[in-house]
Amino acid sequence: MRPASAGRATHDRLWRAWVIAAPFAWLIVLFLIPFVLVFKISLADPILGQPPFTPLFGAVEGAQGSWHVTFDNYRFLFADNLYLYSYLKSLKVAFISTVLCLAVGYPMAYGIARAARPWRHILLLLVILPFWTSFLLRVYAWMGMLGKQGLVNTLLLQAGLVDEPVSMLYTDFAVYIGIVYTYLPFMILPLYANLERRHRDLHEVAADLGARPLAVFLDVTLPLSIPGIIAGCMLVFIPAIGEFVIPALLGGPETLMIGRTLYDEFFFNRDWPLSSAVATVLVFILVLPIMVFQHYQVKETRMVS
Amino acid sequence: MKNRRPLFTVAALWFGFAFLYVPIFVLIAYSFNDSRLVSLWGGFSLRWYGELLRDRQIVDAALLSLRIAVISATVSTLLGTLAAIALTRMGRFRGRLLLGGMIAAPLVMPEIVTGLSLLLLFVSMQDLLGWPSKRGATTIMLSHITFCMAYVAVIVQSRLAIMDGALEEAAMDLGGRPFRVAVDITLPLIAPAMLSGWLLAFTLSLDDLVITSFVSGPGSSTLPMVIFSKVRLGVTPDVNALATIIVAVVGLGVLVAGWLMLRQDRLAAGETPIRAYA
Repeated sequence: MRPASAGRATHDRLWRAWVIAAPFAWLIVLFLIPFVLVFKISLADPILGQPPFTPLFGAVEGAQGSWHVTFDNYRFLFADNLYLYSYLKSLKVAFISTVLCLAVGYPMAYGIARAARPWRHILLLLVILPFWTSFLLRVYAWMGMLGKQGLVNTLLLQAGLVDEPVSMLYTDFAVYIGIVYTYLPFMILPLYANLERRHRDLHEVAADLGARPLAVFLDVTLPLSIPGIIAGCMLVFIPAIGEFVIPALLGGPETLMIGRTLYDEFFFNRDWPLSSAVATVLVFILVLPIMVFQHYQVKETRMVS
Repeated sequence: MKNRRPLFTVAALWFGFAFLYVPIFVLIAYSFNDSRLVSLWGGFSLRWYGELLRDRQIVDAALLSLRIAVISATVSTLLGTLAAIALTRMGRFRGRLLLGGMIAAPLVMPEIVTGLSLLLLFVSMQDLLGWPSKRGATTIMLSHITFCMAYVAVIVQSRLAIMDGALEEAAMDLGGRPFRVAVDITLPLIAPAMLSGWLLAFTLSLDDLVITSFVSGPGSSTLPMVIFSKVRLGVTPDVNALATIIVAVVGLGVLVAGWLMLRQDRLAAGETPIRAYA
């Protein structure tokens, strides 16, 4: 044994410092600083060159350094209808998709929570499984389903429900389907966690007291599942707002969601400062739903413990 | 307990699972279709698999993506695990709130914003430090590690939160040093969570399109980038074949991992498999 414990203490402190410092430093450099940069560049003017924006603090004509800050990008953002339209369209598409997702996901979560125990694990695994396969390819799968010669149209034609193929691909409708499809597990998992926990005992008590199944559902199950509903909805709503791949592949020209507008602004117009301003406003829009989600998440965890 | 299952619930489950799985099965079926047209069944054929393997662009992109995914998943598992230990086992320290916020934020941040911000970082770094000299595999890996470690941290954190730390405390009381306790006690307990974190990070990295598009450079197109440029114009049969291969590999992997974890959880909970079903 070593005589001095000082070496030990230093060693222990060093280990502790490393555990904290390594991820901390990584995230400061590759997460926090990049966001500061986005904000910084959103205050610059676009120029031709590399990088294509003006420095915020620069020497003008060799004399003295001076600040160069402009709010033109933000002014332009709110003056031009394209961006306002894109933001509103994103909110609308995200909202409708979230409601649809809830309509599909709630009965499923409820059904899984009420299934016999071995079945619950299997059904849950089946919900999660598609989430592990490629997101891009799952969106792509719907291109084959919804196209003019796709499965849905073929079935509709054969059933005699329509006379000619319905335009579904490259419309808002296809985007709703795509979002519901890819984000369904995010809706079901928190709902299931909530329903599985509260359901059994209360349900039985209410039934023993003579309540009808529908009354039990409306008076007991549904009100108690509201935190799960909000958590699930936020988990769909938040990523849906900034979605790019789904509107790019399934949407039509009118499906101008903000993620797509930002992508085009950056890659085709090459206006970095304006793109940065679009991104900054997008993050601000997301703050409120994220706070709502956090609030209910904390409440949920407190109720469990 | 006797469970009366209402017809509506059963119907909802059938509808929901059909919705989730029919498009995938249709895609798989199309991949064996000899005809180029989606509406026409031209007979069973492996033609598109052959074309896929002869497509140098796709094969190169797949190899690049796999390389990036293995390295990103490994580094992000290490960093994410450290972050999870720091947040659950290190008590109070300065900047704890900031670390918690930074580790949770990538989960809710739109990919398009993360991608843009990382590109701006790399461009500024190149300006100031001269490194990275060009954008490519390195910048893609750095970006993937950053968003993947958040997912790993969440998974490992929830595992650490379930265990109350009594074992670690006991080991410390008996004179164990923090590093040894972490390696001998904590690590074996969180190993399954680290494994599922690694797998999730691997698939997320393999699949990422948006962030990668921003931070990639000429000559380093990953698989999702190649797929995206191919399918942007419509359905292509060789992508169906590629999708089938990916779905088969991932599906098999997840099933095995899920089964292993289920077993591990039961053993950890002290339940025999028979009791779990009783």
